[in-house]
Amino acid sequence: MTTQVLAPGGAPPPGRSRSPGVLPGFGLSMGYSVLYLSLLVLIPLATLPIKSLELGWAGFWNIVASPRVVASYKLTFGASLVAALVNLVFGLVVAWVLARYRFPGKRAVDALVDLPFALPTAVAGIALTALYAGNGWLGGPIERIFGLKVAFTPLGIVIALIFIGLPFVVRTVQPVIEDIERELEEAAASLGAGRLQTLYRVILPALAPALATGFALAFARAVGEYGSVIFIAGNMPMVSEITPLLIISRLEQFDYAGAAAIATVMLAVSFALLLLINLLQAWQARLGGRA
Amino acid sequence: MSAGANTHRPAHLTEPRWARGLLIAVALAFLGLFLILPLVTVFAEALRRGWQLYFEAITEPDAWAAIRLTLLVAAISLPLNLVFGVLAAWAITRFQFRGKQFLITLIDLPFSVSPVVAGLVFVLMFGSQGWFGPWLQAHDLKIIYAVSGVILATLFVTFPFVARELIPLMQAQGSEEELAALTLGAGGWQIFRRVTLPNVKWGLLYGAILCNARAMGEFGAVSVVSGKVRGLTNTMTLHVEILYNEYMFSAAFAVASLLALLALVTLAVKNLIEWREGRAARAAAAAAGQPAPAAPALHPASA
Repeated sequence: MTTQVLAPGGAPPPGRSRSPGVLPGFGLSMGYSVLYLSLLVLIPLATLPIKSLELGWAGFWNIVASPRVVASYKLTFGASLVAALVNLVFGLVVAWVLARYRFPGKRAVDALVDLPFALPTAVAGIALTALYAGNGWLGGPIERIFGLKVAFTPLGIVIALIFIGLPFVVRTVQPVIEDIERELEEAAASLGAGRLQTLYRVILPALAPALATGFALAFARAVGEYGSVIFIAGNMPMVSEITPLLIISRLEQFDYAGAAAIATVMLAVSFALLLLINLLQAWQARLGGRA
Repeated sequence: MSAGANTHRPAHLTEPRWARGLLIAVALAFLGLFLILPLVTVFAEALRRGWQLYFEAITEPDAWAAIRLTLLVAAISLPLNLVFGVLAAWAITRFQFRGKQFLITLIDLPFSVSPVVAGLVFVLMFGSQGWFGPWLQAHDLKIIYAVSGVILATLFVTFPFVARELIPLMQAQGSEEELAALTLGAGGWQIFRRVTLPNVKWGLLYGAILCNARAMGEFGAVSVVSGKVRGLTNTMTLHVEILYNEYMFSAAFAVASLLALLALVTLAVKNLIEWREGRAARAAAAAAGQPAPAAPALHPASA
């Protein structure tokens, strides 16, 4: 770990305790934290790879690479990617509007952006299904005008994943837009850049790490999502069955090892995404420190 | 939120009027379509058949049992994760040790694990074919398909909330005040209660309400471990699912509307805390004669 020089003005990056171990309570707090973490999170998660070992390598591969499971990966990752891309574009617009412009009702809108964090996923799931079903407020018109079914198709899954991923890009990008120094834009303008040029050449590069972080967070969240998706997905094998659902159906057949095998793959993906997000956040912190 | 100075900009530092209008319209249309319409749908569907049926749906014995179980689960998991969050933040922000960053990553882990996987691990440990299954059966104990399983799964998914909120806050504050208290002869508990706690109380409350919202609203993880026995191991979200799958849509949305109200209250309290924190930061900065720092950034890692 690098020791950082304290930024002027006490900026958020770690102004870590400079006198290690003087305060009391290290043994108690550290011991309790590690014990609780191990009992509740680490040991339970370790059951996944251990249980999958029962299958042997061939058995493991047979399950995690079977056509139905592979179809579910394609759907889960594909829908998550599309949803995260939609959130990337519209999240940037929402963050920009909330950070820069004034309009009536702005405070309420700003507060409501976090709704997907606070609303239980099952509630979101049934609400979106009712909205986009053939007889719903949106589903009906969309089917009549475009001849497109949304609920009970992969498109419905994308809609649900847009909903649950919506706050991530907005909330990672918004504070960065607020912190962009006015002088930067002033300089670009005085050097003859048009507004569009300033946005593309000065502001967008400054936002890049935050955008990437928000995108990765939304994607990671979408990959594991279950509650909001299963109601709207239709859950047809090979077509609209997400990977978490396959874990549950294995479990319902008391195929614990099979469920553990698929879950091990998902855990590995989550872990890789978590590391990627940490790297992106470090990038963002470095860029923020330089500005 | 945004400082007033930021929204008043000369023409060369902002977009033309039509572009601003267009961007605002796009943002509001997107949020209206994906946030406001679903929220309105919940209440519209809940009240579709009138208030009479609405009240019957939420006071019916199984719904009532689900509400009680949800409150119980939150009442047990919240204090446990609060204690962990405070102790973990104390260890991480007040001491130097190797592997600190790794520990923070591990604390984040439940955020990025699928809720279904979170439920599954407890079935693998305590289910009838799990590691401790035979032992539990021999002693006539039940964790999976029982309330204790629901609590364990909820503890897992809400594990990082408080710690995640406190760690950056306590890191930014530094330990000068605690060290001063120490040199003045205060003991560990006294330092915590008189110095640390008042400094982090809003952050603590912030973490607590987010943790509570997730605890009451968790679906995937508890649906794996609960067994969905009506009146016994059914939480509110599971009750919503059962009613919905039985085509009792109005009743399902009636119970769902209670959860939506909880979400709205959570958002309101959260904003109140942010507003207070922002005001306190501005007041402190004004007293110190420095420009106000930006409002504390959110941690959207609440997957």
